[in-house]
Amino acid sequence: MKRILALLLLALACGTLWAKDAAPLAEDPAVEKRMIAISEEMRCLVCQNESLAASQADLAQDLRRELRGLIKEGKSDEEIKQFMVSRYGDFVLYRPRLIPTTWLLWAGPFVLLIAGVAALIAYLRRRSRAVQDAPLSAEDAKRAAALLEEGGEQ
Amino acid sequence: MKAKFLIPLALFFVLVGFLAVGLNRDPREVPSPLVGKPAPMFRVPELAEPGKTFSPEDMKGQVWLLNVWASWCVSCREEHPLLVEFSRQQAAPLIGLDYKDKREDGMSVLARAGNPYGVVAFDGDGRVGIDYGVYGVPETYIIDKAGVIRYKQIGPITTEALQKKILPLIEELKKS
Repeated sequence: MKRILALLLLALACGTLWAKDAAPLAEDPAVEKRMIAISEEMRCLVCQNESLAASQADLAQDLRRELRGLIKEGKSDEEIKQFMVSRYGDFVLYRPRLIPTTWLLWAGPFVLLIAGVAALIAYLRRRSRAVQDAPLSAEDAKRAAALLEEGGEQ
Repeated sequence: MKAKFLIPLALFFVLVGFLAVGLNRDPREVPSPLVGKPAPMFRVPELAEPGKTFSPEDMKGQVWLLNVWASWCVSCREEHPLLVEFSRQQAAPLIGLDYKDKREDGMSVLARAGNPYGVVAFDGDGRVGIDYGVYGVPETYIIDKAGVIRYKQIGPITTEALQKKILPLIEELKKS
């Protein structure tokens, strides 16, 4: 009895899986391609770590519909970007724009790199000054030879 | 010479400071670019009477609130009693925007929990919501006499937000 019940439940669960709507097929592949290219560069605001192209959130689907509409109206990529930014802010763009508030963001890695190289050079210079090349005295050379000999015998 | 060893420690504390601030911020709150800009225009049918329409134009000259809600939104239910109380105080007209909802569902919520709204506009396909940059209902906009959005509350209105932010701002905007 239990098994039959389990089977029935499973069948029901499968039923709901099948009942899901098929995703609407692209009417116009060119429009769809451009829409995906644009929406891949945008963040879905509902699930923030997903792109607008990948997200299954309701809002993302609406926004993709909106983008399709804008593409069909013949809007340029820049205009479409502006459409999104004017509503949701710069946060929707995965590639931050170069504006005064993002200068540090864009320049930061290079500033750090230059600072690191400068620190390295300064350190190396200081070290080479600390370890001066001094010619071996005759006594030192004798000791070194003796030590090497000793090592060779072992 | 000794101070040199304190540099990494200082850097560590700076880093901890940044992380502490970052962790205490709500990543869901994305600052709206619409604050300080004119409220986007629209004209949509009302929820209860599809024959009548609502547009922000109708509210020119008044300080008003636009509350975006839906019957399927759980946080809206949480917020609802506060909205009912707010509408009793009559600080400012409260307009609802039923977002991506079914008419019957929206109306039955209002019938059950009370209707705090002066007018409820109906945005069935979510187009108005997109123009207002809605991404997580409930969201509430305070719009001034000139039709400029002055504040956006993302997520449910809390008693604290109402007392500290919303009501004082309404008073201030009413005076100007």
